[in-house]
Amino acid sequence: MFPFLRKRMISSAIPLFCVVLGVFFLARMTGNPVDLYLPLSATAEQRAEFSAAQGFDLSIPAQLWNYLVDAAHLDFGTSLRTGQPATEMVLDAFPVTLQLAGMTMLLAITGAVVVGSLAAYRPNSPVDRIASLLSMTAASIPDFWFAIMGVLVFGVSLGWLPTSGTLGGPEIWVLPIATLLIRPFGVLVQVVRGSMVTALSAPYVKIARSKGATPQRVIFGHALRNAVTPVLTVAGDLAVGLVNGAVIVETIFGWPGIGKLMIDSILQRDFAVLQAAVLLTAVTIFALNILVDVCHALADPRVRQAVPA
Amino acid sequence: MSREDPTTADDTDDTGPGADRPTADRPPAARATPHRASWWRMLGRDRAASVAAVVLTLVTLVALFGRLVIGDRAQRQDLDASLRPPSVGDGVYGLLGTDVLGRSVLARLVDAAATTLSVAVPAVLCSLVIGAALGLWAGYHGGRRESVALRVADVILSFPSLLIAVVVLYVFSPSALNIVLILAVARIPVYLRTARAEAAELRSRLFVDAARTFGTPSRDIIRRHILPIALPTLLTVATLDFCFVMLTESSLSFLGIGIQPPDVSWGLMVAQGRQYLQSAWWITVLPGLAIVFTTVSATVLAAWARIATDPAQRWRLTLPTKRRGASAAVPPELIP
Amino acid sequence: MTTNTAVPSPPAADAPALDVEGLCVDLSTPAGRVRAVDGVSFSVRRGRTLALLGESGCGKSMTALSVVGLLDPAADVTGGAVRVRGDDTLKMSPAQRRRLAGPVLSIVFQDALTALNPVQPVGRQIGEPFRIHRGLSRRQAHEKAIELMTRVGIPEPRQRARSYPHQFSGGMRQRLLIAMAVALDPDVLIADEPTTALDVTVQAQIMRLLRDLQDEREMALVLITHDLAVVAQRADDVVVMYAGTVVENGPVRDVFADPRHPYTRGLLDSVPEHAVRGRPLPAVPGSPPELSAVPTGCVFQDRCPLVRERCVQERPTLRTSGDGRSAACHFSEELARA
Repeated sequence: MFPFLRKRMISSAIPLFCVVLGVFFLARMTGNPVDLYLPLSATAEQRAEFSAAQGFDLSIPAQLWNYLVDAAHLDFGTSLRTGQPATEMVLDAFPVTLQLAGMTMLLAITGAVVVGSLAAYRPNSPVDRIASLLSMTAASIPDFWFAIMGVLVFGVSLGWLPTSGTLGGPEIWVLPIATLLIRPFGVLVQVVRGSMVTALSAPYVKIARSKGATPQRVIFGHALRNAVTPVLTVAGDLAVGLVNGAVIVETIFGWPGIGKLMIDSILQRDFAVLQAAVLLTAVTIFALNILVDVCHALADPRVRQAVPA
Repeated sequence: MSREDPTTADDTDDTGPGADRPTADRPPAARATPHRASWWRMLGRDRAASVAAVVLTLVTLVALFGRLVIGDRAQRQDLDASLRPPSVGDGVYGLLGTDVLGRSVLARLVDAAATTLSVAVPAVLCSLVIGAALGLWAGYHGGRRESVALRVADVILSFPSLLIAVVVLYVFSPSALNIVLILAVARIPVYLRTARAEAAELRSRLFVDAARTFGTPSRDIIRRHILPIALPTLLTVATLDFCFVMLTESSLSFLGIGIQPPDVSWGLMVAQGRQYLQSAWWITVLPGLAIVFTTVSATVLAAWARIATDPAQRWRLTLPTKRRGASAAVPPELIP
Repeated sequence: MTTNTAVPSPPAADAPALDVEGLCVDLSTPAGRVRAVDGVSFSVRRGRTLALLGESGCGKSMTALSVVGLLDPAADVTGGAVRVRGDDTLKMSPAQRRRLAGPVLSIVFQDALTALNPVQPVGRQIGEPFRIHRGLSRRQAHEKAIELMTRVGIPEPRQRARSYPHQFSGGMRQRLLIAMAVALDPDVLIADEPTTALDVTVQAQIMRLLRDLQDEREMALVLITHDLAVVAQRADDVVVMYAGTVVENGPVRDVFADPRHPYTRGLLDSVPEHAVRGRPLPAVPGSPPELSAVPTGCVFQDRCPLVRERCVQERPTLRTSGDGRSAACHFSEELARA
């Protein structure tokens, strides 16, 4: 298990490092990085001063070294808007998004396993057809439009749910989570169904039935764990994609999460904060990939073995 | 009744693992590949898929020729006709109401269809061609080339596409060309992974070994033996990905960093209508519906194509609908 | 789960452990519905071995799967009876059938790699019947599994019980599968080409293991095979199937010495031992009919060297002669004399 983990950690760290480098070079590719950090109205004096303070007048390797040292210390400079350290702002916003995303994935995976397995147990039955059509629709609805429609119907017309904000009881979670949920849920139902159909037609399922196993035992004891590999992979990708959804949802519902922070930093040209947010997201995704790998190894003994110690 | 053997149809290089299966163990049916007519018939059998095909054809036609019909109606303002609800009394362009500047929502929908597709289609094609080529090459050769290609794909995929777009569009300017490029790059890994997986699986098959022993150059093996088998899967992925690209473009436009006015895309229309949500629902609802219809159609068609292009599953589509309900659980090659 | 009490009591010694009568199975295919198994009957007593012999696609595996109730949804049993301990399993509810699956009826498949669950330790899979039917704890079932693994000849069973199927060789996997099938001492064990995927030396070991287990547990064994040598060595009775129908049955010794159906004779003639040096190996010419195009008369007419007018018009029924044999040929007496 440990050699496997070590190997996966090293290979997952490469993308992380690429993102860190990518942000650095992207900022320098446009010419003067000062333009990115300072508002368009900044005077030449301000620019020169900022440039010297940030070390933008140094050579590129020297800048890169400073940048990496700063990144290692989680020091990304201060926000232009608020004057707060960018890292602090990002870390404040982070838990909000993490809660939203965690809750969403939990619901999406649980729901998809139940619905997908039911659909797969009797392929082409009415249950399967309805589940397929619903999941396809769910996976293809634009989330921003779904959120707006939710606000229009449940917030404005019916007045059941708040239209935005984070103050209030559990009802404030309903629309944001529903919006984030639809796509992962729709995609996962299809993946679960597909891999369950394959697993359920495998000979070992016949053998399990020949031992007198009940349908529940066949589905949950035998088929599901075999079907879980593609589901995990896709769930990992979808969790990464949740950041997309978070940007939208937090913007529409006014949640102070990392998505809203990023879009605000963009619209107000607050590069320090954007950079910190992007890098923290990359670190989270790195951790997530490791988690998915561990789950893979737990689910399938062949994966554990595939990596020579 | 079309009679094709689901297990052999389409498998001209039938030397795979299934080839030594005793032929007579399969259900009795003639062995022939489906010709074009039977594709149409299979499509006709599946009601959802045929509706989806019709919707996509319509959207494509509107995108191609719509602008010729509507002229500049999409931009023509008429402040007296501001926020008119949909009605049949206001002529064709009033059918779906008007926006706050009195522009016809119908005309704008038509105009936006062209913009939306002109971003989504090139993006999908670029990523398909580049991703498939790289993936087949990497998967066929394996070893270091394979792991490097996969690492690169991981790097791109381990980052939310919307964020890449957001960062790049922050640094550069949000133009249609930039959006196409970003979306294409962001989606290359999807095809790369699919193509690699197919090629890696096929490279150890007997017919590929056979071709190799005859000294066929690897690019010819990839082109003649691997690509034809991987292509249906890749096209299915592309159809599905078309949805994703469309949704991302709409999201970007909705956030204000995608298509910029005076151009208009469906996502941008939703954003523009949002502030009039309570008084003029149609400005927001209709473009959203347009996105939903197009993307759902693409998804449904992709799901159909996945079955239709899979020789092991195609037989399901040839069964009469009634019988399918009860029987189509397991492909016949699994029936002993 | 369910306990043993729900299973009907064992039959009297002379009653057949398994009695299949007029079994018909239809298959939905793109070409329409076809009859894959047409009126197959046979019965087998405890301690005896019955071979279902036939070419690939003759319906023998489909027959076996209908008996244990594992047919795919694309196939339906449309007629006949499968009696176990006196009750027709085809009329039972799924729950009743599950109660029989394991303690009464059991099956061994051909491909042991895919028939074992790749993500479960083998010990757990072998112990599963005890958990399902006897309500044993995980630990107890594990001990039972180790006992069984010892019995079927897995070395170091205690360590190996925690291994996964991919860590075993083909022969060992087949042993595991057999261990699982005999776990609850079933009345009837169906072995569907149990040695086809194995090396010749391993084949012999597996067949010996099956025989020892059968002797020890007094099981009725239904051996599905296309291997004449296996039938000759191992079976007491043989049922020869062709295109979904039974063409001949009887005690192996008699049938092989004196076949009464031209198909059986053709099969026996094609065994290399009977060949004459310098002459091509005799074979049954042609190939079996597509199930969608089975002729109206005798199913074997297209390949039969003795075909006559009557064979085209009228399908011969399976006629029983006094010596416990039957054959479905209009001219079986003629064949016997020839």
